[in-house]
Amino acid sequence: MNGNTPVLALKGVSKRFGPVQALTDVDFDIHNGEVVALVGDNGAGKSTMVKTIAGIHTADEGQILFEGREVKISHPTDATNLGIATVYQDLALCDNLDVVENLYLGREEVGGNGLGSVVRPLDETTMEKRTHELLSRLAVTIVDVRAEVGTMSGGQRQQVAIARSLLGEPKMVMLDEPTAALGVRQTAMVLGLIKRLREEGHAVLVISHNLADVFEVADRIFVLRLGRKAGDFAVGEASQEEVVAAITGAEFGHIEDEPGGNQ
Amino acid sequence: MSAHGGGAAAAAPEVEVAPPRLDLVRRFVQGDLAELRVVLVLAVIWIIFYIQEDRFLSSVNLTNLVLQATAVGLVAVGVVLVLLLGEIDLSVGAVSGLCAAIMAVLAEKEGLSPYLAIAAAVACGAAIGLFQGSVWTRFGIPSFVVTLAGLLAWPGAQLEVLGETGTVNITDTKITGLVSTFYSDTVGWIFAFLAIGAFAAFNLLGRQRRLRQGLSAPPLGQLVIRIVLVAVAMLVAIWILNDDRGLPLAVLILGGFVLLFFYITTKTTFGRHIYAVGGNAEAARRAGINITRVRIIVFMIASTMAAIGGIMAASRLLAVNQSSGAGDFLLLAIAAPVIAGTSLFGGRGSVWHALLGALVIQSISNGMDLLGLESSVKFIVTGAVLLAAVVVDAIARRQRQAAGRV
Repeated sequence: MNGNTPVLALKGVSKRFGPVQALTDVDFDIHNGEVVALVGDNGAGKSTMVKTIAGIHTADEGQILFEGREVKISHPTDATNLGIATVYQDLALCDNLDVVENLYLGREEVGGNGLGSVVRPLDETTMEKRTHELLSRLAVTIVDVRAEVGTMSGGQRQQVAIARSLLGEPKMVMLDEPTAALGVRQTAMVLGLIKRLREEGHAVLVISHNLADVFEVADRIFVLRLGRKAGDFAVGEASQEEVVAAITGAEFGHIEDEPGGNQ
Repeated sequence: MSAHGGGAAAAAPEVEVAPPRLDLVRRFVQGDLAELRVVLVLAVIWIIFYIQEDRFLSSVNLTNLVLQATAVGLVAVGVVLVLLLGEIDLSVGAVSGLCAAIMAVLAEKEGLSPYLAIAAAVACGAAIGLFQGSVWTRFGIPSFVVTLAGLLAWPGAQLEVLGETGTVNITDTKITGLVSTFYSDTVGWIFAFLAIGAFAAFNLLGRQRRLRQGLSAPPLGQLVIRIVLVAVAMLVAIWILNDDRGLPLAVLILGGFVLLFFYITTKTTFGRHIYAVGGNAEAARRAGINITRVRIIVFMIASTMAAIGGIMAASRLLAVNQSSGAGDFLLLAIAAPVIAGTSLFGGRGSVWHALLGALVIQSISNGMDLLGLESSVKFIVTGAVLLAAVVVDAIARRQRQAAGRV
């Protein structure tokens, strides 16, 4: 964006599943404090691209640069260790646990010392206090952080899942369809949270089908079509028609040229 | 207070007061207050049997009832953990019989020290759990099938261990003393006051710690009511036990294990992970939890508790025979926590349900014995109670889902 090294860059990344070419020679970059929307029709390769960055798939060809260094992401923990957090569409929350328990699942704070996980007591007060701090920092209003996540609305669950991804202080957050199946008010809550992440300086990659949401929240729109980059628009300089055309492939060659030089 | 004051100021508290009461009813229906429900059920059962036969509530009978409930209760503690995973262990009855047989043969036939014999039986239980848990997680066979195989196989091993006589009488006083030891009245009262003091201190200090951190805490009055209720229950229990033979060691053993596993399930990382795996195994795995390890350890705990329950049953019966751990023992141990509100669907429950459920089941069985009912009737009634409990669980689950919860 402003000449800095991108947080993450893909250079010529390709991915095949048997005979299916899911990604072909994709170049992509994303910077700190930038929200990039990843759009495309079903089967365009959006999920494959996110999963490749998240370490669930490994790229067959091409380079991944993280803060300018070439990295190899071959396992989800590689991505996590680099500071890439992913919130999948299913959110991966335990509905029978409360907000604090879900946020700290797998990285619980324990008191005492020296003993194993079966003996050392959980430090509930510290976890609850930090949960309050995190949620208020993100301007997320959840009245009772000790309520089971299963009792909450879709928007609140999405917010909990996003908040959880931030506990490890990631540099980049990827959100898979965060507003799918949400009502108007809840969508607004989640979009507000995404803007908040940008203010905090995170790089945010959002998969979305909803162009209205994309235009409201994103700085840049990256379009995939049939596994190839089909466009990279700055939000202020592209119309919704142009983006739709890039997604569907109408006037494909014409549109690709314009925003390319823009970057 | 509501007579004066601005409209908004007067309306606001009203709005806030109403939901909690509704909330209580809703939570009751959705199964969140299962403990309260089961205490009510227990009270109803006791009143019914008392009307039929007033010896039911005598101190002698209540003490016997508690002693009868210890074996089932101990096995049920392990079963609770398995149910929390959303799994089932059908082998706990068979394992309890086999491990009791191993203890009896080592202590009585081989002349081993009773402590070593007990330790060997418990270790055997743990090894069986390790084996069954490993087969389940390694090959992805449903736990129900793996433990069904155990249900068939371990009684065979039990026959093998018992040898040709088929019955081993237990004469060792260390082993029989597990159930036949009673403490004096003084010890009982001291224990009661220590327990009440510890409960009060635990609650009050916990509240203080939350307040110091600036977190919300339950009102002091509510806490005091809770402490008073527990204190009264403790004192009445000790008073009844003292009226008969005194505080039994068996009760301390059962209570100790319940407390131990209550601590593990609610206050430790490992316990948190059990609930997480039972609630959403995939989410737990993605959170970096080694779910295979959690599962295997839980199955080891279940088999270990089965062994301990078997030892207590043997100590009460003064013998181990071919039918130890057979019959309805397994079903009672699984039914107990379910009756008390532990969900069969995983992720919901408490080890207290093992204790409460064992009391309910044993009360029914004990009461029907006292009334001299046929065992045919007993089986049917116990089955009906279990079915009713599972139906209540399913309804509670559906209510939760209707309310947008899972």
